[in-house]
Amino acid sequence: MGLKRNTWLAIGALLVAGGMLAVVALGGIGQNLVYYWTPTEMLAQGGKAYGATIRLGGLVQPGSINWDARHTELTFRVASDPNPNSPSVLVKARETPPQMFREGIGIVVEGTFDRSQVFTSNRLMVKHSNEYRPPKPGEGDHWKETLSSESPPSARAK
Amino acid sequence: MKGTLGYAFVLGGLLCAVFGAVVGIEGGLRRRSATRAWVERAATGFFLCMLGANLTMVWALVAHDFSVHYVSQVGSRATPLVYTVVSLWSALEGSILFWGAILGVYLFAFARAQARVGDRTVQLALGAMLGAATFFAFLIAGPANPFSAVAPVPPDGPGPNPLLQNHVLMVIHPPMLYCGYVGMTVPFGIAVAALLDGRLGEAWLVRLRRWTLVAWTFLTVGIILGSWWAYAVLGWGGYWAWDPVENASFLPWLTATAFLHSTMVQERRRILKLWTLSLALGSFALTVLGTFMTRSGIFNSVHSFTQSDIGPTFLVFLAVVVAVSIALLAVRGPQLAAEDELPGVASRETAILVNNLLFAALTFTVLLGTVFPLLREAFSGVRVSVGAPYFNRMAVPLGIAILFLMGVGPSLPWGRAEADVWRRQFLIPAGIGLAVLVACLGAGLRGWGPLTVFALAGFAGTVTLRELLLPVWVRMREKGEKPWTSLARSAARSRRRTGGYLVHLAMVLVFVAIAASSSYVQHTTGTLAPGETLTLGGYTVRFLGLQEGAEPHRRWVAARVEVTRPGAGRTLAPRMNFYERSTDPVGSPAVGSTAFEDIYLTLLAFGQDARGGTASFNVWTFPLVGWIWWSIPLFVLGALVAAWPQRRAVSALEGERAKASADAARGTA
Repeated sequence: MGLKRNTWLAIGALLVAGGMLAVVALGGIGQNLVYYWTPTEMLAQGGKAYGATIRLGGLVQPGSINWDARHTELTFRVASDPNPNSPSVLVKARETPPQMFREGIGIVVEGTFDRSQVFTSNRLMVKHSNEYRPPKPGEGDHWKETLSSESPPSARAK
Repeated sequence: MKGTLGYAFVLGGLLCAVFGAVVGIEGGLRRRSATRAWVERAATGFFLCMLGANLTMVWALVAHDFSVHYVSQVGSRATPLVYTVVSLWSALEGSILFWGAILGVYLFAFARAQARVGDRTVQLALGAMLGAATFFAFLIAGPANPFSAVAPVPPDGPGPNPLLQNHVLMVIHPPMLYCGYVGMTVPFGIAVAALLDGRLGEAWLVRLRRWTLVAWTFLTVGIILGSWWAYAVLGWGGYWAWDPVENASFLPWLTATAFLHSTMVQERRRILKLWTLSLALGSFALTVLGTFMTRSGIFNSVHSFTQSDIGPTFLVFLAVVVAVSIALLAVRGPQLAAEDELPGVASRETAILVNNLLFAALTFTVLLGTVFPLLREAFSGVRVSVGAPYFNRMAVPLGIAILFLMGVGPSLPWGRAEADVWRRQFLIPAGIGLAVLVACLGAGLRGWGPLTVFALAGFAGTVTLRELLLPVWVRMREKGEKPWTSLARSAARSRRRTGGYLVHLAMVLVFVAIAASSSYVQHTTGTLAPGETLTLGGYTVRFLGLQEGAEPHRRWVAARVEVTRPGAGRTLAPRMNFYERSTDPVGSPAVGSTAFEDIYLTLLAFGQDARGGTASFNVWTFPLVGWIWWSIPLFVLGALVAAWPQRRAVSALEGERAKASADAARGTA
């Protein structure tokens, strides 16, 4: 029954290899998860949010944009909703703001949040409206869509 | 009117599909050969109805009949004619309708190609394929009906998504991809038929292999064109982002590739039957999964269309496909037992087995990363995605191992190998691989990843070229033929072998191109006033000025840029397009290609300041990136050579003889 034993050995080896692959893959996924949060949701996570890769979606808070063209430094605040008192997060990006970037527009930034309460973005995506139609007044209100529809990445993290 | 006509065609197609599926499978199982003619008629009927429905839709689009729901969604009077026709597949309902047409073509072609084969598996296969067609016809007739009426009729429509009317590649990339996806239905049908029939001989294998090769070729070209489209249109500076929709096309490609290899072992050794059939069935299941992910809006990406309620229908179909596949494999399992065993560790069979395990592992990891966010959201409600680093970390080592095997497998003979024979086989290619490594190091290239790929590409490329050219050389020497005659004859005598190695050669090119372009990419960004410059990797980028223009369906702003490097200069114009009905501008990158490097410019923003009109750019250089798309002709040539029908008995014999003499020559070399 040499063949039989070999077959079982082969099956056993495959199972072990498959199991190892699954463990490695799941570990890899765990380390590379990207969370989709609004500022409110992210702040609610407390310390758990620090260091994780986050795709933060919200609105560019009016009056918060600061663009230093000489050093390619962009800072602004991302707010959960248009209410001026809504929770917001300071975002720093070393990137030229894209054409559509302006106050009140929906935006998604990908990066990390740290203890100094600064969100460092390495990828900035202005929310392209999902529907293809003329803009309506109050378009920016649909900030939830910002999270649910991602525009083509405008610039890739290096 | 056009809506009603189109819908009538769809219902006709649905009827043909249901009828053909029931009669085909029932008649096939009861061995009633008289019913076969009816199944063939049903297939033809389905083909004609789907063709009619699609032509009606094109007619409605071209005539701007906005009373048809789909036209009111994607049509616009301002859209140029070619993009109006193309908008047939630019949104959800239309793309499924188009899918139906391709399925009809495949069914018709299969029925015609097998017309002379008096085997009942043909009837069963047609029945199974018409079963799949039933699902798609149902989808078009119900949840994704493009022909429903719109009231009141709008005067004009929004036009197709601007991203989809920005580049001519949009005209050919989706049809290629769909031909690949839909083509997997045929191997599925053949596999189901073979399992239902229960006579698991060799006849079905030839058909299965050839039709899988057809679908595989379209899928390969579709995937590469898709990455080219992403590169040329989306402007984020890359061609592959492990986007769920890209993965959806990659997964069946992986299993189909594994299948094309395992089938060779099955042919020679009569082992891996269960595995080979599982791959054929799995490829179809993965295309259905891919379509589900692309069409249901469950993922949000540039390719996927808006939310729709066809998701559940797709999930039910997917469950049916998987359940039927597993049930059939379970029932016929005992008949699929191996009739032989592996000859030894150092053999072609073992190399292909390992290749299959690697492909399976790659499929598993990509699938896991792709569906993980869905599972996580379903079970814990947390929205996450899996970042590209996961995919790169898993796929790069597996890809490198596969490249290594591309050199090892062809060097090993079928059956047991004498150790000294195969050691000699490896000597020269391994030496060339090392020489490539040394040359790259000498040229100042660094990084273990790309250098490993280049060295292995040298190794695998040499092996492939040797396998391609050695028979030619033997013929030239033994028969005194001219090189071209000898090449053509040797290719004709062993088509599958020649075709396979041509595809390997293309694959080596793709490996090198991916490694070089992803490892040695350079990027910079900056805001320039007219006359100012920016430098990147030996290029000087000078901003000349802004330019405006208008076309019927859009306005645009272009930044004229002069790109120079020692010995060469050219003008490029990345631009931003403003579509009348879109809220956002759509950028068009400008690419300056040379044989060895692309410079890639996108216009990020433009504006006015004290120095005049300024423009902000993203600039990338990608070495060798063009090789990815230039490999397409080689892939197609290889597939054509391999799939071309040949007079089997004679040429198989001749092929064996040529191989034997090549092996003999190798022994003496």
